[in-house]
Amino acid sequence: MQDAAPPNDAVHAHIDETVKNNKVLIYMKGNRAFPMCGFSAATIQIFDSFGIPYETVDVLQDPSIRDGVKRYSNWPTVPQVYLNGEFVGGCDIIQEMHSRGELEPLVRAAVEAD
Amino acid sequence: MPDGVPPISTDEIQSHIVEALPDAQVHIRDYTGGGDHYEAIVVSSAFDGKNAVARHRLVYGALQDAMVERIHALTLKTMTPQEFEADAQNSGLVNIETNKAS
Repeated sequence: MQDAAPPNDAVHAHIDETVKNNKVLIYMKGNRAFPMCGFSAATIQIFDSFGIPYETVDVLQDPSIRDGVKRYSNWPTVPQVYLNGEFVGGCDIIQEMHSRGELEPLVRAAVEAD
Repeated sequence: MPDGVPPISTDEIQSHIVEALPDAQVHIRDYTGGGDHYEAIVVSSAFDGKNAVARHRLVYGALQDAMVERIHALTLKTMTPQEFEADAQNSGLVNIETNKAS
């Protein structure tokens, strides 16, 4: 992956803190009410169906976050789903895990974890 | 997508992937016909024993800069040859291809 800009430590630290302080966190384009991309919308729809609390960050609000989160996880696309600080996947992986029934137990375990 | 960056072709995507994963079978289609949304199934023994994140990273790594600058969206499914065989029974896409061939 080409490094267009040097890693920004402040951005990285901010993302790291956000990821670790939220049990279920989704970096997405737009927000829960108005997703701005089909992949983000599809991901949100799955998490809404679980009826659990979760946080989202709209990467369109901040180019440094949009860029930084890709570098943080070494993953080139958004949305990105994190459970208890751990990167779980993007839209394809989330949809695949959901279709196999693997996602909901994992998400519930993350919500209930201390 | 930045201005002046030409869209990537399915052939280019395929050759990038095969370069990195020589045994890979790549089933790819241009989802919209506009060169901005692709759907790919990649079958390779390199995925053995790896989780989905690690598998996708292998493919993204193969596509490198193209993934950032020239591919707007890539829907990706990664399977080992064994998983592909097992999936052939119930996957719509694979069934369609099988029907064409027969």
